[in-house]
Parts: sequence; C-alpha cells; structure tokens
Amino acid sequence: MIINSIIAAIGVQDWTYILVGITFTLYIGIAIWSRASSTKEFYIAGGGVSPWANGMATAADWMSAASFISMAGIISFAGYDGAVYLMGWTGGYVLLALLLAPYLRKFGKFTVPDFIGDRYYSKTARIVAVFCALIVSFTYVAGQMRGVGIVFSRFLEVDINTGVIIGMLIVLFYAVLGGMKGITYTQVAQYCVLIFAFMVPAIFISIQMTGNPIPQFGFGGELADGSGFLLDKLDGLSTELGFAEYTEGSKSTIDVFAITLALMVGTAGLPHVIVRFFTVKRVRDARKSAGIALLLIVLLYTTAPAVAVFARTNMIETVSDKPYTSMPEWFKKWETTGLISFKDKNEDGNIQYLANKEENELTIDRDIMVLANPEIAKLPNWVIALVAAGGLAAALSTAAGLLLVISSSVSHDLIKKVFKPSISEKGELVAARLSAVGAVVVAGYYGIHPPGFVAAVVALAFGLAAASFFPAIILGIFYKRMNKEGAIAGMVVGILAMLLYMIKYKLGWFDETLPDKSEWWFGISPEGFGTVAMLLNFIVSITIMKFTPAPPEDVQDIVENIRIPSGAGDAVNH
Amino acid sequence: MTKKDKAKAYWKENIKYVLILLTIWFSVSYGAGILFKDELNTFKVAGFKLGFWFAQQGSMYVFVILIFVYVRLMNKLDKKYGYDN
Repeated sequence: MIINSIIAAIGVQDWTYILVGITFTLYIGIAIWSRASSTKEFYIAGGGVSPWANGMATAADWMSAASFISMAGIISFAGYDGAVYLMGWTGGYVLLALLLAPYLRKFGKFTVPDFIGDRYYSKTARIVAVFCALIVSFTYVAGQMRGVGIVFSRFLEVDINTGVIIGMLIVLFYAVLGGMKGITYTQVAQYCVLIFAFMVPAIFISIQMTGNPIPQFGFGGELADGSGFLLDKLDGLSTELGFAEYTEGSKSTIDVFAITLALMVGTAGLPHVIVRFFTVKRVRDARKSAGIALLLIVLLYTTAPAVAVFARTNMIETVSDKPYTSMPEWFKKWETTGLISFKDKNEDGNIQYLANKEENELTIDRDIMVLANPEIAKLPNWVIALVAAGGLAAALSTAAGLLLVISSSVSHDLIKKVFKPSISEKGELVAARLSAVGAVVVAGYYGIHPPGFVAAVVALAFGLAAASFFPAIILGIFYKRMNKEGAIAGMVVGILAMLLYMIKYKLGWFDETLPDKSEWWFGISPEGFGTVAMLLNFIVSITIMKFTPAPPEDVQDIVENIRIPSGAGDAVNH
Repeated sequence: MTKKDKAKAYWKENIKYVLILLTIWFSVSYGAGILFKDELNTFKVAGFKLGFWFAQQGSMYVFVILIFVYVRLMNKLDKKYGYDN
C-alpha cells in the first residue's frame, strides 16, 4: 500500500528522469563491458553472436524512432493505407532470410561493399557500393538524431538541441568504444526496453476499450460498453466527419502495391540490417536469427495497428464537437508544444474536427498518437515516462547501427581496400574509431540543423537501397554469369533514376512548384518508385551482361562456394 | 555422386523450396492484402474485414511462419547432403 502511494505520488517528469537514467546507465555499462579490441570485433562483433542475441539486436537495429513514435500515428491517420508500412517493413525479412542472409554469411566478410567488390572483381563496383551505402545511411541517421532530440525536449523539457547533443554523446561513447560488439549487446538491452515500453500502454488501453488484454485481438473485438465492433464504430465516426472509411483507405491499388514492394526490397537491401547477419557463427544461425528478428519485430508491428485504432477512436471521441474549455490537461500541454493547434473558425466554442480543410478547426501532429496516447487514456505516470525511454532506445539503437555502417565504409572499404591497403590492423581500428566519431558529429549536426528535406527523404532511403543493392546482391548469388559491367551499370542507373524521380516529384527542385500527383509515372508516388528503379536496375544489368564477357573462373567458384552452407569459417581478416 | 553433382542437386532443392515459400509470401501480402482486398472484405471474421485483416495482421504472421518453415526445411536438407557440419 505504502509503495503504491509512493509510486502514484511521483510525477511524470521525475519518472522520466528515473527511467531514462536507469536505461542510459545500463547502455554505458554494457559498452564498457564489451569493448572491441580488433577490427573483427569492431566490424562484426567477433563473428560469434548467438542467433537469439543477433535476432534481438537486429530487431532493435531495425525499429527506429519512426517505427516506435511515428508509425502507429501514421496508420491512425491513413487507415488501411498504413498497411504499406506494416507489410513493407516486415515482408523484407522473408527475402532476407530466403535470398540473402545465408549466402552473405557464408561469403563471410565485413561489409556489403566487400561482397559487391569481391563478387564483381572490381574496385569501381566497390566504390559505387560504398557511395550507395553512405547515401542510404546518412539520409536515415539524421532522422534518428532528430528523434532523440524531440523525445528529450517533450518529456524532459530541455531544448531539442541539448537533447541531440546528449544523444550524440551516448552513441559516441558506446559505438566508438565497442564497435559492433558494443552495439550488439546494447541493442539487445534496447530491444527489451522498447518492446516493454510499447506493449504496456497498448495492453492497458486494449483492456480499457475492449476488455481484451491482447491488442491484436482487441481491435477486432467488440467495445466494452456493448456498442458493437470497434472497427465498425471507427468506420462510422470517420465517414461522419467526412474522412474515408478507416478500413478502406484512399491510395490507388497500384501505388499501394509499389510502395509495399519498394519498402520490402529496400529493407532487404539496407546495409545496416544485412551486416548484422555477418555477426553469427554459422549459415544456419543466419537463417534462424532472421526468423527470430522478424518474430520480435512483428510483435510490435502487429500491435501498432491496434494502437492506431484505439488512439484514433479515443481522440475523435474526446475532441469532436466538444467545447474547447472542457478539454483535458494533455490537450493544453501538447498545444503549447505546437503539436496540437485549434482555431475556432465558426466561433461556436466547440471543436470541429473534419476532413474538409475549410471547416476543420483542429490540426494534430501524428506523432502525438503514440506519445500522448497513455495520457489520453489516463494511464499511470510511470507508463507515460516509459514511452520516453522506449522512444530513446529505438532511436539510439538504429542510429548506432547506421553509424557503424558509415564508419566501416570509410575505414574498411575506402581506406583499407582502396586507398591504403598496407594499413596495419591497429591503424585500421584507429581509423574505424575516428570515422565513427566523424559520422556521429555529422549526424548530430544534421539533427540540430535539419535540412528541410530530411524528413521527406528518410522514407526514400528504402527506395535508394531497393534501386541499388538489392538487384546487385541477388544477381550476384543466383546468377553465376552476372559480371561487373552489368552490375555496375545496373546500380548506377538504378540509384540515379531513384534520385532524379525523388528530386523532381518529392523535393520539386526541377520546377517552380512541386509537380502534381497526376504527373507521377504510372500513378506511382516517389515512395513507391523504388520498385520501378529496381526493375530498371535488373533490366540494365542483364542487358549489359549479355554483351560483355563472363566473369573469370575464380569468381564463378566463389558463387558456387557461397551456395553451400558448410565450412562457413570465421570471417577472415583479409 | 561427385562433389559437383551433389552441390547442384542441393541447390535445385533449395530453389524449389524458395519458390514455393515466396509464392505464399506473395499471395498473402500482395494477393490477399492488396489486389483481392475488396473481394475479401465482403467476409468478416469477428470485427475484422478479411482483406483489411490480411493487410494489417495476417500477412505478418504468415511471414514469420514462412521463415521458420524455411529454417526447418533447410536444416533437414543440409543434413541430407552432409552440409550440416
């Protein structure tokens, strides 16, 4: 009883300090315990990570600030259309497990450009791959640092920039000290924190609204107050306010198809995900840990659409046609951060939340759906604080994974393999640490001064990965005849096509104003264009290959060798 | 069987598994969740319209199952060909 009343007396802010403090201490402790002492430990954690540890680390690596903070919110505003993210960001793991991970593990080197460079027997191919890896990783990491800053500023009421700097220092500490080894074990801890932080409020709210403790079932269930199925009610509320029916969505079928495919293939082509499969011992461990990773990811991804439905229903019921003066405390609090804004256009004192832009009086930032959800549902203070710790875990774990890809691209692929092959093991380790420092500073800079296009571009990192790496790796494994001319041409054409389409239709730099949707090729949005660019890459690769010489014997032998799982020795330091 | 024939036979069986599993992968997500969603939405399971359920729940469960089935099949195949050391 006494403990209960003490717990209830602690405010949200103090709880946030306590939980964030505990988790940060944990991450730093793990980093000190798992320092890297060789390049092999720095790049691939020594190659002896167990399938479960790798699965957890992959899941944390994968689920970023966007998955944790933004995804449920995006779905709650997009309804059915949100499925592109759900299927897109999970289905790629099937491709990874069946088509990439086992073979790349057997190949057994340190980075993705390593594979491209060796398989296509060409420095040019390696450099093109490094360039693609850097573009993909930088667009992605800036968003993570920004996420860290936002969580800090909203929950601890420090300035966003201070938040970014604190986040930078933490990541710097464990990424530079521990390399992949430190990152792997902190990610294991971060997975536990983030999944707990996501599930607890979801379960609470599911019980509140539907009486079912399992959110995945709850959102298809009947409401606790006996007024029918939750989804039917939300469909009704949405159409009443002029929105599309929640379960129908409003994107065209071809665009939903293209975006889903681009995200799936992009997932399978992201270097920071692929490289995680270099860290396990055997080929069979690579397959298994892909399955474990997806299982752990799907736990959050199947909960998110339930949270989206709960939050949207709760939100509409709380605000729609209610007097502004009767709004609860959280409404006022988020109003001061500018994430909710209300303008009483018809001056009746009530809030009209409508699809019609002319008459709508309320704008809501979609990130609130997760961040404020516990407050909206009146959950205890420690649950609200838990969300902050979870958001930070998600952002930091992804940022660290990306920073490692950036630093190994520089120290291993460029310095060791291209510019200064004579560098010693010790020298390369120093170079790796210095590049990690450099990468953190650049990422932090973009977190503090986000170029206007960062947010727009993060989602497109997938299109870039789909258009460049995926075809080159797949053809490298499944098509022995594929040669360097074909692969290089394919990667260059693919990534250029994606960049140009993005610049024209997403950033609008080629025209006075952003071109209208009706001008999109085949009605496919920039987010879905990765699918087209990927097909283009395949076509160009295969056509050019037909007119150029077959790869040399020893390269064809490499291909035969990676198809056989046995004898995957330790990754050799080459 | 020579070493090379063995490797070829192993690869052929692997490809067969991959093609079957990817067909299922495609059917649940792009088929049930996207292309045939409207038809499936005429059916309802509890509060879920079926097409919507595949798109936001079902396809993801199937993805997980597919990988674990592949893990099992391949572990058996590795054993059959003596590649399981």
